[in-house]
Amino acid sequence: MNRHAQILTALASGAIFGIGLSLSGMLDPVRVRGFLHVAGDWDPSLAFVLGGAVAVVMSGIFVRRRLQNPAFGDAFHLPATMPIDTRLITGSAIFGIGWGLAGLCPGPALAALSLGLAPVALFVVAMLVGMTIHDRLIAGRTNTPALRRAP
Amino acid sequence: MTSYWPSLIGGMLIGLSAAMLLLLNGRVAGISGILGRLAQGAQVETNAAFAIGLISGPLLYRVGAGQWPPVTITASLPVIALAGLLVGFGTRMGSGCTSGHGVVGLARLSPRSVAAVVTFLLAGVATVTLMRLVAP
Repeated sequence: MNRHAQILTALASGAIFGIGLSLSGMLDPVRVRGFLHVAGDWDPSLAFVLGGAVAVVMSGIFVRRRLQNPAFGDAFHLPATMPIDTRLITGSAIFGIGWGLAGLCPGPALAALSLGLAPVALFVVAMLVGMTIHDRLIAGRTNTPALRRAP
Repeated sequence: MTSYWPSLIGGMLIGLSAAMLLLLNGRVAGISGILGRLAQGAQVETNAAFAIGLISGPLLYRVGAGQWPPVTITASLPVIALAGLLVGFGTRMGSGCTSGHGVVGLARLSPRSVAAVVTFLLAGVATVTLMRLVAP
């Protein structure tokens, strides 16, 4: 029962995320790179997207503080407070370089698969390869359970 | 002049999606985390359901708006492949991307997420600026 509710919630949440990305214009790498091009004809759209999203999630966090458990789950799976370390900064910098190169990040790339464009499919495959390389080579070596390192 | 309303409302829908996943399922809507767990075979049913929903999003948008959302690819295929590798590797190493750190992490006022967002924004700005200098 709860399992089915969880699956339906995840499906609906994913669909709303994808509709929001489509409406926001952030599926388009040109718009994303326009935001990153601060030295040129800057496109501030991404700031509106991020601002709108953060504002809504903040109200969700406010409600969450009054709940013991999520409606369909056993517990809130939120990452524990950890110090800012080299992995976080190095990883984020590597991600930022890739993001700037193509104007694609994981959410928009996955959503844009539905348009059937070959370069987007190539990006998603390369991204999955990159994730696997990290998890096989790096995460295994440092013995950090990659599964538990959500943001 | 471009109107920023669609961006703001689209962003609020993304926020609604993340708030819903948190309050109902107790999970963070971080796409790199969801994809990574899926690739590792963890919580396959819910993570696959989210991914299927996400991919169907532009399709549902097309039904409502009557046209596909624009996706303009200008980068060459080798650059796309390199970018994908870096994005996949970097988001796993940095434990998140624009959604996990950028949306949920910032809303939680997580110092780690603030540091991550500042870092990937600076790296993205530097990359785009350098590329425009080399090939305007």
